[in-house]
Amino acid sequence: MEISIATERCIGAAMCALTAPEVFTQDDDGVSRLLPGGAEGAHGTSVREAARACPVQAITLRGD
Amino acid sequence: MTETSSPPAGSEAPAYPMTRACPYQMPVGYEELRENGPLTKVTLYDGRQVWLVIGNEVGRALFPDPRLSSNVLHPGFPFLAPRIAAQTQQRAAPPLVGVDDPEHARQRRMVIPGFGIRRVSALRPEIERIANGLIDEMLDRGSPAELLSQYALPLPSAVICALLGVPYEDRGYFDERSRQVLSSSGEGAAERARKAFTEILVYLHELVAKKEKQPGDGLVDELIAHQLEEGSVDRDELALICSLLLVSGHETTSNMIALGTVTLLEHPEQLALLRQDDTLLPGAVEELMRFTSIGDVLMRVAAEDIEIAGQTIRAGDGVAMSTMLMNRDPHAWENPDTFDITRSAGRHVAFGYGIHQCIGQNLARAEMEIAFRTLFRRIPNLRVPVRSEELPLNAPYVLQGVAELPVEW
Ligand code: SF4
Repeated sequence: MEISIATERCIGAAMCALTAPEVFTQDDDGVSRLLPGGAEGAHGTSVREAARACPVQAITLRGD
Repeated sequence: MTETSSPPAGSEAPAYPMTRACPYQMPVGYEELRENGPLTKVTLYDGRQVWLVIGNEVGRALFPDPRLSSNVLHPGFPFLAPRIAAQTQQRAAPPLVGVDDPEHARQRRMVIPGFGIRRVSALRPEIERIANGLIDEMLDRGSPAELLSQYALPLPSAVICALLGVPYEDRGYFDERSRQVLSSSGEGAAERARKAFTEILVYLHELVAKKEKQPGDGLVDELIAHQLEEGSVDRDELALICSLLLVSGHETTSNMIALGTVTLLEHPEQLALLRQDDTLLPGAVEELMRFTSIGDVLMRVAAEDIEIAGQTIRAGDGVAMSTMLMNRDPHAWENPDTFDITRSAGRHVAFGYGIHQCIGQNLARAEMEIAFRTLFRRIPNLRVPVRSEELPLNAPYVLQGVAELPVEW
């Protein structure tokens, strides 16, 4: 699955890191980042839920 | 389908907001509103009709829509009560909550590092220490007690002061004033709220000046070092932003701790589940947020026409987003009026949604988890001697909550 984060839109709510902590984290500026290797191990359901939970729809998913 | 912004045929626009009879249940009249579909019209105190957003899906579509403005200085911006209207006309738009992007984004960027999940995790031991200290004091003084002033309010107060770097000994100064800013109602409320806010602002101005000479290690100090000195914010704006964080950090969480305690005590079978299994705690906090929806109505104004749910919201129309109705939408949850800590309440909008979603939400979650766990562990036979309907409530247009919470053990 290909995951991209529109970091310039991110408001640091951390809904992604809360919903799929194995994939997303926050950097020191409070902005969402992919964990190294996170995308490979990404479990479809939680990542999809994370994308849905993002209040500003900053997460886009492509493929499986 | 209607092409105008008049109310849907056959319905009247009832007076809004409505009063809660029970502090954690829907106000009387919401049942009927819910039958009007995802979007309806209501009448405000000044006779003005505005849209009321009821459905979870429609709300989640509208919250992030940039055509819906939070700018309180927009001439069409609707207010829930004369007090709020009066307060807002007096001064510039409140930072973060009362402005749109790009101004909002600029301000938000400055403060998000202070509320990141790692920061919040690092604060947990400190929050636990504060919670235990307050319980020690309460147990020393003995039963009965008043939970709001002895626990629910001082806990978030101490935490937000620690996070901002406001001296601990000054925190009492804000407790009462924050309450007056966000939750005062009745005679003289506007004046009291204005005075309290001015006093907080003056204090923060002085604090910034002091910290410029003698830096500490709170968020205020970081903002001085990184933003003020670089010139991306001036002293006035900095003090305003800090006052907003300070006030919001007090009132909201303290109302949730008090109201959450009442809700759990009145659902003993749910509290028993929670006592048996600590891992249910984060889910219970989300369910409490969904169920009680303390920040019920968030106001917006349409900056452009928006077609949604078969209606057209016209530019200039007022829009009231009812988080309570969205959180009790039967299309989004089974038996939405049942309090069930084992459900997945994750899609609630109690923290808002879109660019203005609560910046302190992860701090609030940590505070609530620690507050409930500590309270029910250390005072296992805690009781509220009166029924929740008899507790004094906040007015319907401010943060929902109880004005006092007598407890015994
Ligand atoms: S949920 Fe969205 S806004 Fe929040 S941190 Fe993740 S990407 Fe950013």
